[in-house]
Amino acid sequence: MNTVRVPSPLRDYTGGAARISASGTTVAEILANIDRDHRGMRFRMIDEQDRVRPHIRIFINQREVLSLDEAVAPRDEIHLICALSGG
Amino acid sequence: MANTLWIGTRKGAFALRPDARRRSWKIAGPQFLGHIIHHVVQDPREPRRLAMAAKTGHLGPTVYISDDRGRKWREALAPPAFRKVSEGEKPRAVERVFWLTPGHASEPGVWYAGTAPAGLFRSADHGDHWEPVAGFNDHPMQPKWAAGLRTPDGELLHSIRVDPRDARHLYLAISIGGVFESTDRGADWAPLNEGVAADFMPDPTVAFGHDPHCLIQHPLQPDRLYQQNHCGSYRLDRPARRWIRIGERMPKNIGDVGFPIVAHPRDADTVWVLPMDGSSVWPRTALGGKPAVYVSRNAGKSWQRQDKGLPRAQAWFTVLRQAMCADSAARLGLYFGTTQGEVWASSDEGDSWRCIARHLPEIYSVTHAH
Repeated sequence: MNTVRVPSPLRDYTGGAARISASGTTVAEILANIDRDHRGMRFRMIDEQDRVRPHIRIFINQREVLSLDEAVAPRDEIHLICALSGG
Repeated sequence: MANTLWIGTRKGAFALRPDARRRSWKIAGPQFLGHIIHHVVQDPREPRRLAMAAKTGHLGPTVYISDDRGRKWREALAPPAFRKVSEGEKPRAVERVFWLTPGHASEPGVWYAGTAPAGLFRSADHGDHWEPVAGFNDHPMQPKWAAGLRTPDGELLHSIRVDPRDARHLYLAISIGGVFESTDRGADWAPLNEGVAADFMPDPTVAFGHDPHCLIQHPLQPDRLYQQNHCGSYRLDRPARRWIRIGERMPKNIGDVGFPIVAHPRDADTVWVLPMDGSSVWPRTALGGKPAVYVSRNAGKSWQRQDKGLPRAQAWFTVLRQAMCADSAARLGLYFGTTQGEVWASSDEGDSWRCIARHLPEIYSVTHAH
């Protein structure tokens, strides 16, 4: 199981939880499993062409994810970042 | 909880409910505070059901559904989304769900959605699951009809109209793209823009590429269409195909540019517009800072100004295409919401107006629910 840190705009999907657990060997698998447990959350972050939406960033530990196919190790922490801007 | 005005704003949804005489209004909400709410629409076939087009500034678009007149909402299980493209195809992703239309009375559970970029989507289960309408989204002409000439909020597919006589007969509008018609439930489409000006185009007589701001179909006389366009106000009586510019009868110092157009639900000849400033750089505010509604009671042959109760000066708001509506009372009520967060109401068919809510976020839509 990996720990996933959830930004406040997505916590409606997690019952308010800022950290959730999800398993997977790639970012794509992690996101699929998040969506299984928190239906609809993936589409708010990833569009229908499997692209990360413009204001979303995903990090594995301290490293930004450039592809959803990137591997995730068992103890890696996933950070979902929502880049708030505007007014 | 009968008779509700649903207000969609840049920062959430609100509900306004009147007393029996529509003299005092109580506001409820916000719901979904901070969410961008483009449209809240009641299902006339099952009035307890509502659908709401939503996103936030930073998350992807979605649709919320209520089965209890808006007390509780649940998210669509599969929101509108384009099909996954094959290699070499141009990828498209829904940026916002902009428009919602309940389907035909004979098709309970069917809804249509219009998006930016221009896409048409259909649900057959009250909005829980949405599928792309391939007949439009993958039409060979679609890349030309919706060429990506974006308005500030994107390339918007809106004003989806279902002929009350025939579930197969649909209209839609694209800003920028024009009006299109289908007679086979969306399997094929054709432009319907003859007679409409496209002053901004190199060839102003083009078949498509127009900028309809709002298209309406009269519920009791479905062959009667009106549209408020970037280039004027028009009427079309089918089966004719050539639009008539009814805005030419407006006062020359007012013009016929605006966003919304609203018809009297029981009189196809009565229609209201809310002119805005389309000069020079297109401020799109009330002309001269003096907002006014104009009504025609003869299908656009003549117009009368209705501004009693509206600000007399220094009022620079804009009323967007979904932000004006009518109710169905015997003495028809009219309503509009402004980009400055005010809701204005008339309970005498536009003869006089009063502000019934203020200090709301920028208003995107005002819809009436029974």
